[in-house]
Amino acid sequence: MAYMKRSPWIIHYDGSSCNGCDIEVLACLTPLYDVERFGIINTGNPKHADILVVTGSVNEQSRQVIRNIYDQMPEPKVVVAFGICACSGGVFRECYNVDGGIDQVIPVDVYVPGCPVRPEQIIDGVVRALGVLEEKRARMKSGEPAEAGV
Amino acid sequence: MDILLFLLLAPLIAAVLLLALPDHPIRDWVVRVAAVVIGGASCYLLATAFDKGSQVVAFPTEPVGQVMTVLAVVIALYIIAMGAKYRKPVPIVLALVQAGLLLWFELVYAPGMHAEHNLFVDEFSIVMALIIGIIGSAICVYAIPYMRTYHGQHPEIPDHRRAFFFVLFVFLSAMFGIVFSNNLAWLFFFWEVTTLCSFVLIGYSGTTEAIDNSFLALVLNLVGGIGFVGALLWLGMTQGTIELDRLVGAGAAVALVPATLISFAGLTKSAQLPFSSWLLGAMVAPTPVSALLHSSTMVKAGVYAIVKFAPVLSGTPSGFFVGLVGGVTFLAASAIAVTQSNAKRVLAYSTVANLGLVVACAGIGTYEAVWAAILLIIFHAIAKSLLFMGVGSVEHQVHSRDIEDMAGLVTRMPRVGVMMLIGMAGMYLAPLGMLISKWATLRAFIDAPGGVVFLLLIAFGSAITVFFWAKWMGILIARPNRGEPIEDRVPREELAVLGLVAFLVIAASLLFPWISKFLLEPHVLSIYGHTAELGQDNIIIMLLMLGAVLVLPLSLLYFRSGRHRLAPYMGGRPTTADMHFSGSLGIQREMGLHNYYLEDWFGEPRTFRAGVVVTVVLIVLMFAGLFVAGGLA
Amino acid sequence: MINVLFAVAFLVLAPILGGLIAGIDRKLTARMQGRVGPPVLQPFYDVGKLLEKEHVIVSVSQNFFVLAYLVFIAFSGALFFAGGDLLLVVFALTLAHVLLVLGAYSATSPYSFIGAERELVQLMAYEPMVILAAAGFYLATGSFSVMEIAAFPRPLIAVLPGIFIGLFYVLTMKLRKSPFDIATSHHAHQEIVKGVTTEFSGSTLGMVEVAHWYETVFLLGLFWLFFAWSPVIAVIALAILYLAEIFIDNATARVRWGFALRSIWAVTLVLSAANLVWLQYFGGL
Repeated sequence: MAYMKRSPWIIHYDGSSCNGCDIEVLACLTPLYDVERFGIINTGNPKHADILVVTGSVNEQSRQVIRNIYDQMPEPKVVVAFGICACSGGVFRECYNVDGGIDQVIPVDVYVPGCPVRPEQIIDGVVRALGVLEEKRARMKSGEPAEAGV
Repeated sequence: MDILLFLLLAPLIAAVLLLALPDHPIRDWVVRVAAVVIGGASCYLLATAFDKGSQVVAFPTEPVGQVMTVLAVVIALYIIAMGAKYRKPVPIVLALVQAGLLLWFELVYAPGMHAEHNLFVDEFSIVMALIIGIIGSAICVYAIPYMRTYHGQHPEIPDHRRAFFFVLFVFLSAMFGIVFSNNLAWLFFFWEVTTLCSFVLIGYSGTTEAIDNSFLALVLNLVGGIGFVGALLWLGMTQGTIELDRLVGAGAAVALVPATLISFAGLTKSAQLPFSSWLLGAMVAPTPVSALLHSSTMVKAGVYAIVKFAPVLSGTPSGFFVGLVGGVTFLAASAIAVTQSNAKRVLAYSTVANLGLVVACAGIGTYEAVWAAILLIIFHAIAKSLLFMGVGSVEHQVHSRDIEDMAGLVTRMPRVGVMMLIGMAGMYLAPLGMLISKWATLRAFIDAPGGVVFLLLIAFGSAITVFFWAKWMGILIARPNRGEPIEDRVPREELAVLGLVAFLVIAASLLFPWISKFLLEPHVLSIYGHTAELGQDNIIIMLLMLGAVLVLPLSLLYFRSGRHRLAPYMGGRPTTADMHFSGSLGIQREMGLHNYYLEDWFGEPRTFRAGVVVTVVLIVLMFAGLFVAGGLA
Repeated sequence: MINVLFAVAFLVLAPILGGLIAGIDRKLTARMQGRVGPPVLQPFYDVGKLLEKEHVIVSVSQNFFVLAYLVFIAFSGALFFAGGDLLLVVFALTLAHVLLVLGAYSATSPYSFIGAERELVQLMAYEPMVILAAAGFYLATGSFSVMEIAAFPRPLIAVLPGIFIGLFYVLTMKLRKSPFDIATSHHAHQEIVKGVTTEFSGSTLGMVEVAHWYETVFLLGLFWLFFAWSPVIAVIALAILYLAEIFIDNATARVRWGFALRSIWAVTLVLSAANLVWLQYFGGL
């Protein structure tokens, strides 16, 4: 049964974003894009979420928090990095206080670059994440660990 | 009916024996054996008398009456001496007034009034005897290990345990006396003995606070006692009978004045609102005393007297105002209980509130209301004694009475914690005891004249009740992993008594249809000619719910296995199992959780003042009602 | 009098009906906001997904409390539709909500703790109105039996207008809708995350959802009693009632708990007292 794909709940964390991507993520909830069409809800609670959406790069402050939020999410779960900073650190990559992309801390399933990432891209990224989510669910069902290679 | 005499005398003999014995383990055994004997005897009373209805017993009056008069004078002298010793003029004056009035009655009127039947037993007495005999004795057994720990932890308090246990058993004897007396003069004598016993027990520790509070209790109960003597005098002047069964049978035209006066005495004894402060002050006493005062003795004597006169009060203006005092007390005391974080004070206000409900039922006095009132008395006694003893055991290990310090108790003291949860559930949740009674109370109120006022009081009051019990339960089960397990330190005997009473909470709820059928319904039927009962369907539904409540915990076995355990969500901060999180600048901090106490809403001084004003007006109206009803004309 | 058949029908059909109502609710809400909104079956997809998720717990006892919550919500609804005693239904419902609160307490998180406290405030706020509503039905019909109240031949709305408005006022809170969604809310991430349900996940959260569906149907059943003399009018009235709730949900902002408590108590006291006094002393109509 493919309920997993029809009801992806999101938690959004801002690693150290300039807020550009965050605004675009919120724009997806507005009537123009209305991601609730796909059953997507912004839960704001890792215990309820299936998809962890991260914007901005990782720094010393956000490292633990990203890890903690990720650990608190029940399986199956996927991580989407929105915006170039989340993917690789972007223009801040070389900064003394930036560690780089989200994949420095947790495994990332979908990378969506952009500066800022556009709402259409965001929706596309989440839809791709749903595919990964479904795969993980199937793996979990068959008794394997949901995170392949972890 | 030798069993009545046995129940009166057995505690007394035990008391004398305890006074004579030195500090030795043998004393503990005397307490245990006496408790078992008294509990067994009250069960025997149930077995032999439950189907016989109301029975009166002739018993030689004169010699016993004279002994009582002498003892009453001795009590008065003792109070005066204590008042002189601690420089308290008010109790001396009150004791003098009361003794004077009593002597006036005994010397002028009593010789002319021959009570044919001095003792009696009916279903209500049996219920009360069971409460006193089982719960009261259980508390005495609990007191053995408790007092040992108490004196271990408080070396500054002189060890008067001999006197302590002596007074405990005298108290039980006096309580049996109250519920078996058909002669009001006898009833009054036992009434005064309980006042004296509570005075001695509250002042046990001898600290200034304890002495002050014991005198407060004494003063308020003496005020009530004067009301009681007033009733005796009025009877002596106008009626010539002091037999309870005749008075109650005679109805409002004859008995309304004494009924109102005795209700006034009952209001003081059951700590209804303008008088509630003594019961709160009584918290300074060792916990078994609180458990005893709140569950099986003292306050129950107050409501017993009022419920006894309920048929007389029914439908009269005075009865209506007695009931309103109870209703207002229920609402105000429940509200104040929300603001308290001292566990014993929460329990005390909850006692005041629940007795208010009983008084409200008695004041209304219809057959449904009396039925509900007796149910309330039964379930309150069991659950409240469990809670007091639980708090006592916890206090000795945690060294605090504060509810917030009981956080995570179910992990630190699993058995005591669960038993306290049972006790609290028994106080306010369906399908356990008190809720059955509350249900009955609601039905009784709704049919009563002027019932809308009572309905509003109980609707708001019970909503508030849910709030303060549930938040306390929540604290007990919240914050696991806090502190090491400490249950091993609780004496086994305490645990055993707690277990017994917790079992009684559930058993009484299970057996409630039979309690109703064999004790309450015949009693109400014999007074009113018709009775309240719950429909067959409703009983089945209640039992279904109870079954579900008992079976559902089995699901814990299922939920225990194969689950991924995570720390609570703390806004993304890494958190340790004992709820420390890394705060700003990487400093480890402990999470703190505190209940809502709604001080701004129900703050104690304000709510208490408002309640006192209202209830004082109501009590004035209660006496004014006598003139309206023509009782004094 | 108890009709077991109705109870079974409720247990089976109420989740379906309640889920559909929740779906329509979300669709209409989206339309009011100028959005397309999720499919009507979305609530079922959500619960289906939650059942597939991993079993994650904070404390062992939390699942027990939530299971017990679901059981007693379903029980009280079944008792209601079977025609049982209205007061017992109210008490069973209180028990259910206390169990939910205890589940939230046992989870130990500060967010669920605050949610639990607020849920208790809610309970304290609406409980008097619900009890007094039961009393109102009794005074109007002479019975606490839901079956007899429902069979009452005259329109109860005409004799219980105060009770009706009062109940409608607390319905917002019971349905966890704005402005009284103080204990748990989709819109309060910043303050309380998810309040009571913060620490419930997967199938446990699914049970909370299903319990909510049961409760929605039960509440609509309670309002049905006001119009029970004519089923057609009752259906129309319930539809209007629920539409009004959705509208209020979208048109108001969440209030502080103090205001919620104060205003609900004031409404309860004034309206129900007036209505009950009128019924008891002037015999209603």
